[in-house]
Amino acid sequence: MSKLKQTLPALAVIAVLLAAWWGTVAATRSVIFPTPWQVVTGTIELVKDGTLWGHIGSSLMRVGLGFGLAVILAVPLGLWMGWVKGAYVTLNPLFQILRPISPIAWIPIAILWFGVGNASPIFLIFISSVFPMIVQTIVGVHTIERRYLRAAENFGVSRYTLFRQVVIPAVLPQVLVGMRIGLGVAWLVVVAAEMIALRSGLGYLIMDSRNAGNRYDLVIAGMIIIGLIGLMLDGGMRVLESHKLVRWRYAH
Amino acid sequence: MRTKIEIKNIKKSFASDQGLLPVVEGIDFSVGDGEFVAIVGPSGCGKSTLMNIVAGFVQPDEGAVLIDGTARTKPNSKGILISQHGSVFPWLTVQENLMFGLNGHAQLDKSGLADHYAAIVGLKGFEQSYPHELSGGMLKRAEIARALVVKPDILYMDEPFSALDALMSLRIRNEVLRILAEERHTVMLITHDVEEAIHMADRILVLSPRPTRIQASFDVRIPHPRKLTSPEAQELRAAVLRELGVEE
Repeated sequence: MSKLKQTLPALAVIAVLLAAWWGTVAATRSVIFPTPWQVVTGTIELVKDGTLWGHIGSSLMRVGLGFGLAVILAVPLGLWMGWVKGAYVTLNPLFQILRPISPIAWIPIAILWFGVGNASPIFLIFISSVFPMIVQTIVGVHTIERRYLRAAENFGVSRYTLFRQVVIPAVLPQVLVGMRIGLGVAWLVVVAAEMIALRSGLGYLIMDSRNAGNRYDLVIAGMIIIGLIGLMLDGGMRVLESHKLVRWRYAH
Repeated sequence: MRTKIEIKNIKKSFASDQGLLPVVEGIDFSVGDGEFVAIVGPSGCGKSTLMNIVAGFVQPDEGAVLIDGTARTKPNSKGILISQHGSVFPWLTVQENLMFGLNGHAQLDKSGLADHYAAIVGLKGFEQSYPHELSGGMLKRAEIARALVVKPDILYMDEPFSALDALMSLRIRNEVLRILAEERHTVMLITHDVEEAIHMADRILVLSPRPTRIQASFDVRIPHPRKLTSPEAQELRAAVLRELGVEE
C-alpha cells in the first residue's frame, strides 16, 4: 500500500505529460506527430505482426554478447590491475585515454573492421561497457580495508584462500556496481549502433519507421519500449545487489 | 617461566613533514610463556606501533623480536592480533569466519572445531549468521573465537574492548579470563584503560609519551577473580595512574 503511495506522484507526472502531449497534438492538428493513442495502436500492430519480439530479441542478444564479453575481460583484468601495482601503472593511463571516447566515435572503425553485420554493434557495446567495469573492479580492489588483508596475512592462508575468501568477496559489490553501469551504457549504445545499417533491433525499428513513411507512432513506441527494457535491466542488476554474497556491503 | 617473546632494543621512526619522527625509542622486555602482559600508555605514544612490530606487521628500524628464541619478521598464525576495529570478514558467516584460519588443515573437522569455539564464546546458534546481523559485543566474541580456533601460542590484543560499552567490555573481559584459565595462551594487551589492565594482566608495563620507552613495570599479584574495588587493586591503580601523570 505504501509502495503504491510512493509511485503515485511519479504516475501522476507521467499522466500529466501524456495529457499535455495529447492536448498539444489535438490543438495543433499535427498530421505527422502522433497522439499517445496512436502510439498504443502502433505498438499493438507491431505485437500482432510479430516483428516487435524479433527487434527486442536482436537488441538483447547483441547487448548480451557484447556485455558478456566485456564482463569476461573486465573482471579478471580489473582484479589483476587492482592487485598488481605494475599492471596498474602500465595499463591504467591507456584505459584512462580510451575511456572518455564515446562509443559513437568508434562507429566508423567498427564498420571498417567488422562490416555492418552483428559484429559491429557487439563490438561497440563491448567497448562502451568494458571500461567502466575495469575501473570499478580496480576501485574495488584498492578500497579493500587493510584490516581484512592483515587478518588474512595473520592467519597465513594460501594465495588461493586469500583470493577466494577475501579479495573476491570484498570486491564483488564494486564489480556489481560496475556491471550495472556497464549494462546501462550497453543498452544506450545498442540502439545507436543499430541505427547504422542492420535489419533488426529496436534502433533499426526506429530508423526504419521514420524512413519508411514517417511512422512517428512507431518511432515513439520504440523509444518507450527501449526505456522500459532499460528500466527492467537495471532492476535485474538491483536484484543481484540484494544477493547474500554482497548484501553485507549494503546492510548498514 | 620459559621466555616466549623477547623484545630487544626496538627502535622505530616514521617520516613526517618535520623530518624523521621517532616513535619507539629503545624498548626491551620479555614475556614469559603463558604470561599476560598489559601495556598501558598515553594516547598516541606509539603503543599500536609497538604492537604491530611485535606481531610482525611492521619492521623495526633497529632491534629484533624473538619468539621462542628465533627472530620473527612476518606475522603468522602462532600469534593472532585482535584489534580495536575488528577484522571479522563481513562477507563470511560466523562459522566461515572461524574456519578461515583453519584452511590448509585438510584432516581437521573444521566446522566442528569452529562450532566448538563459537559455543565457548557464547555464539551458539549464530554460526550461520552474518556479521552485520550481530551486535558489537557478539562481533568481538566472533573475533576472539576466530583467533582461538587456530590455537595460537600468543594473542596480541590492541585495545580490543575499547569500542564496546563499559558493561559489555567487562563481560567479555571476564569471558576471556575464563577461557585463558582453560587454554594456555601468552597474551600481550595494549590498552589505555588502567582498570582493564589490572583486571586481566599478570604484569603491567607503563609506556612514556612519544618517543616511547618503558617507564615502569608493575607485577599484579592479586589472585583471580579480581575485584577492582579491593584496596590492593585501588592502590595499584593509583600507582599506575601516577606513572601516567594523573593524580587523583
